[in-house]
Amino acid sequence: MTAIQSITEKIKKDSKLMNKPIAEQKEHVYETSDLNLWYGENHALININLDITENEVTAIIGPSGCGKSTYIKTLNRMIELVPGVKTSGEIRYRGRNILDKSYKAEDLRTRVGMVFQKPNPFPKSIFENVAYGPKIHGIKNKKLLDEIVEKSLRGAAIWDEVKDRLNQNAYGLSGGQQQRLCIARCLAIEPDVILMDEPTSALDPISTLKVEELVQELKKEFSIIIVTHNMQQAARISDKTAFFLNGEVIEYKDTNTIFSNPTDKRTEDYITGRFG
Amino acid sequence: MKLINKESVGRRMPVRILINTIFKGLFFLATLFGLFVLAILLYRIFTQGIGYLNIDFLQNFASRRPEEAGVKAALIGSIWLMATVAPISLLLGVGTAIYMEEYAVKNRFTNFIQVNISNLAGVPSIVFGLLGLTIFVRALALGSSVLAAGLTMSLLVLPVIIVASQEAVRAVPKELREASYGMGATKWQTIIKVVLPAAIPGILTGGILALSRAIGETAPLIVVGIPVFIAFLPRTVFDTFSVLPMQIYNWTSRPQEEFQSVAAAGIIVLLVLLIFMNSIAVLIRNKFQKRY
Repeated sequence: MTAIQSITEKIKKDSKLMNKPIAEQKEHVYETSDLNLWYGENHALININLDITENEVTAIIGPSGCGKSTYIKTLNRMIELVPGVKTSGEIRYRGRNILDKSYKAEDLRTRVGMVFQKPNPFPKSIFENVAYGPKIHGIKNKKLLDEIVEKSLRGAAIWDEVKDRLNQNAYGLSGGQQQRLCIARCLAIEPDVILMDEPTSALDPISTLKVEELVQELKKEFSIIIVTHNMQQAARISDKTAFFLNGEVIEYKDTNTIFSNPTDKRTEDYITGRFG
Repeated sequence: MKLINKESVGRRMPVRILINTIFKGLFFLATLFGLFVLAILLYRIFTQGIGYLNIDFLQNFASRRPEEAGVKAALIGSIWLMATVAPISLLLGVGTAIYMEEYAVKNRFTNFIQVNISNLAGVPSIVFGLLGLTIFVRALALGSSVLAAGLTMSLLVLPVIIVASQEAVRAVPKELREASYGMGATKWQTIIKVVLPAAIPGILTGGILALSRAIGETAPLIVVGIPVFIAFLPRTVFDTFSVLPMQIYNWTSRPQEEFQSVAAAGIIVLLVLLIFMNSIAVLIRNKFQKRY
């Protein structure tokens, strides 16, 4: 039981630091009801019901292959890039069902940004990387683009490191800087929600810490959904946590509750490191 | 107890290292062989042809007298042919490659197309000549023109360009596409801004290989009816013309000894043209690699 105790203490310490806003009525950005998803014959998501609250960090944890990445990719329909995917059920984003064919994926993705597991900057300059999103959305005004790029880079806490070399290739940055650049690129489209698919799994501990601090900063303005298989990370940064196992949501609660007092035996086993 | 007997491993060691050295030598000899043959070829051509290579050789039309013979018509004709083949084959080839890689759903039909494209790359060039004769020269009544020959040559090199471009497009990391789609880019925006810039070096490498093949081909042009002895330049793509390899072939089949040397001079011109084309491709490639 010592593992749970140490995590709980850590949470208590962290939540003091986080200066939580007084409870207020927050809207749901996403409401998932009876979502099922198949890769061909493989039933990857089973009857998912999950509501995601705005301006919070929602963590999705679970062992490899449990469907957490599949779920987050369904939220901006990136999953469609995989051939042979079928879905049923509804995911309502701000009230509208995004699985409906009349909802254009391109439209959805201008509102829901994504940060990927491996830093994936374009082989272009730092400036061009951040300006990419606004440009494809039709913004041509150079001054406006300059402003967006600066604001986004500041927002991703990387401005001071790159302001003198905006025209240099992004591949010259370190892995952690590249990932924050990708976050800046995502901020540049001024999204409503940011999806993060294991954003720190390829980073060293210091870069991970920077990204985590950034997430705390960003949730004031954005709703963040983060997939992670680092439970300490989920405990440190999230408000709510969903535990996925074999394509099902086993438990979905306030992070404090799920880590200190899990209801389900499987959740307890997982967060204490007994499997996965 | 140990399962591996270190002593017998040690006994075998010199043999393994010897085999390693032998293969290194063999591969080096294989490399040397190609270089050696090429060097002899180049030496012969240069010593034989250099005497005929002067400014008059470039400015004169073909002639019955070897000292007056020149490559003007053939050289300009080859440039015309390239100027026709390059845009046609690259546009069609890259377009096909992008459709196959980015848009087409993988099913039995697209698989069938894929296999056929690869097979076409192995079809003898004379068969393409017959195709060109039937379709472009006769059915479309283009005659033995630059355009008819250019279209025929484009068909000939198209499979190579398609396959090379497909490889180049496929080699663009999936993560880059995801990044672009993830920001709401359409497929076309992703292709034009992310996929193509990253794929261009590979596409150009394949394209240049293909065009180098086209510039040296004679068989399909003979079938299409391109003349070898011509004393004027084409004005439009509908005029008839001749090309360097046809001219060289014609010279080598003449009985006079001097024409062998004239042919050698013609080969030098063809080689210089090839090197020139390759350098342009390398320049474009470097430009893109610097930026990306």
